[in-house]
Amino acid sequence: MKIAVCVKEVPDTTAEKRIDPSTFRLVRTEGDRMLNEFDKYAVEEAIRLKEAGTADEVILVSLGPEKAVESLRQALAMGADRLVLVSDPAAAGSDYLGTARALAKAIDETGAELVLLGAEATDARSGVLTATLGEISGRTWVTSANSIAVNGSSITIERQSDDGVATVEAPLPAVVSVTKAINEPRYPSLKGIMGAKKKPQEVKSLGDIGLAASDVGEAGAKTKVVGVETPPARTAGVVVTDEGNGAQQILDFLIDKKLI
Amino acid sequence: MSGILVVAEPQGTGTRRVSLEILSKARELKDSIGGPLTAVIAGSGVADAAAVLGAHGAEKVFVADHEALGTGLAAPHVDVIATLHAENDFSTILFGGTSLGRDTAAALAARLGAGLNSDSIDLVASGSTLSAVRPAFGGQNLVSSQWVNGPQIALVRPNSFAASESGGTAEVVAVTLDISDASLAAKVTGRKPAEAGKVSLEEASMIVSGGRGLGAPENFAVVEALASALGAAVGASRAAVDAGWYPHPNQVGQTGKTVSPNLYIACGISGAVQHKVGMQTSDVIIAINKDPDAPIFQFADFGLVGDLFEILPKLTELVNARKG
Ligand SMILES: Cc1cc2nc3c(=O)[nH]c(=O)nc-3n(C[C@H](O)[C@H](O)[C@H](O)COP(=O)(O)OP(=O)(O)OC[C@H]3O[C@@H](n4cnc5c(N)ncnc54)[C@H](O)[C@@H]3O)c2cc1C
Ligand SMILES: Nc1ncnc2c1ncn2[C@@H]1O[C@H](COP(=O)(O)O)[C@@H](O)[C@H]1O
Repeated sequence: MKIAVCVKEVPDTTAEKRIDPSTFRLVRTEGDRMLNEFDKYAVEEAIRLKEAGTADEVILVSLGPEKAVESLRQALAMGADRLVLVSDPAAAGSDYLGTARALAKAIDETGAELVLLGAEATDARSGVLTATLGEISGRTWVTSANSIAVNGSSITIERQSDDGVATVEAPLPAVVSVTKAINEPRYPSLKGIMGAKKKPQEVKSLGDIGLAASDVGEAGAKTKVVGVETPPARTAGVVVTDEGNGAQQILDFLIDKKLI
Repeated sequence: MSGILVVAEPQGTGTRRVSLEILSKARELKDSIGGPLTAVIAGSGVADAAAVLGAHGAEKVFVADHEALGTGLAAPHVDVIATLHAENDFSTILFGGTSLGRDTAAALAARLGAGLNSDSIDLVASGSTLSAVRPAFGGQNLVSSQWVNGPQIALVRPNSFAASESGGTAEVVAVTLDISDASLAAKVTGRKPAEAGKVSLEEASMIVSGGRGLGAPENFAVVEALASALGAAVGASRAAVDAGWYPHPNQVGQTGKTVSPNLYIACGISGAVQHKVGMQTSDVIIAINKDPDAPIFQFADFGLVGDLFEILPKLTELVNARKG
């Protein structure tokens, strides 16, 4: 069985982020990009399934600028076998629909039966791609897996929801997003890092995967940003040192704010 | 295109509060973007919830009752709403940003080829055009986003609007169910429900959070005691979660949940930027930390420099005494 893992390059979480006021796009600068933290859990799970003999190949699939290869190589260093990156100037400004269309095409070409995703991308923070990709690609989809067991032609998932944990059985092929509870992602070994550069890293254009420019990018987007504002930063309020009556001071503050 | 559909989510015999918050806001939007204001509640044994939706402004409530709608899996919900949309051609479809809401909205929008504005914290109507206001990049920017064509589908972050009653009653219509086999392919075969009475973090109106300053897992008891006195949910920093002191779903921050409660009390949390981005839209932030230079004091409304182990038990007692 082949497993495809959707991985995304995102801006460094600690870097100052800025939206270009003329294009409404994120300004990407050198040295402030990384592999999306949540995706490491999906990569780790795929590698474990390969190590357990359940899967024979782990293929990373991504949509992003060509330079993203540098961040995504970290997932190759962890142990994934190869990378397919869809990169095309016409894909810039894709919304979740365009992203899902491009990923679905690239995944179809890999022949993967199981598709894993992270819970969220730390830049967009929407966590909607799993359902979108499942719907677009016509595969059964399940979000928020705390564990995944493959049994022949189906999978069993412990699924986290707002109401607790449920055991879910789903047929393959399937699209599944994982939570952070699923595993502890490994750090790439030195050997892994050295070997990553030599692993296949294919860059495909929209034409290569059979998508028209009108399906993705800004042309295909169904939402449009019409304004950007920078809200005033939160400022410090009162800071007092506890001299025994700190708890009372908090209570008074809560009463004053009508919170109690 | 006609009217607004609010997709309500059942909880117990009623609905989640976020559904009522959105309905209250939708009453206001209806005057600009046009009514009627319709709600749908889909679940297993949910007929009783229709009344509260009417009381919050829904003129019509569709009720879809089916076992497969009560599993937490969204695919069957997508079929129900897609069918309703095919019959009613809503201009706008609004969902609460819960795990079920997120999944349903995303798959529905994909099926309809429609735009989705997720994590909206405000909805602004100008004439018949709606804009969703969404924080971007950890709240450093607020973007206004519109839709290229309809329906205008949005996910709304809990606690963005106040729930208020309109005093109305709704016409209740049972939905004829048409759930495809594909949407029933994933099945729930077992469940461990969350502890009864516990509010989910994203919906909580008050949160008491603990960090590395708690020192040990058993010390979360002091945080839980205050939370229970206030009726608040319990959150945790990543340091506390990574140490195994508190479960993953309770983590607040960039790689945890984003919350906007009325009150956030951070106990023994330094206030790193990755924590801040998950809670900075809280109305009121209180911080308790023994280090006067902790970054959290730079953005807390009320900061108390002191030992949380002395302060929290006293505060819990005071809150309990006041509440009688
Ligand atoms: C990619 C990435 C993603 C991240 N995502 C998140 C995230 O989602 N959420 C998150 O929280 N963090 C996240 N972090 C981690 C973040 O950078 C901080 O390391 C973390 O928030 C620190 O947690 P803390 O405040 O509990 O611990 P510390 O920074 O160690 O702070 C503990 C505080 O407790 C105080 N203290 C100790 N004892 C007491 C006492 N008795 N009474 C009162 N105060 C006391 C100390 O003065 C100190 O300020 C992320 C980091 C990275 C790199
Ligand atoms: N451009 C992309 N390329 C590959 N995978 C992506 C991309 N965007 C999102 N994903 C995947 O979808 C998950 C959820 O992202 P999102 O719905 O955007 O928050 C991420 O954790 C990734 O696994």
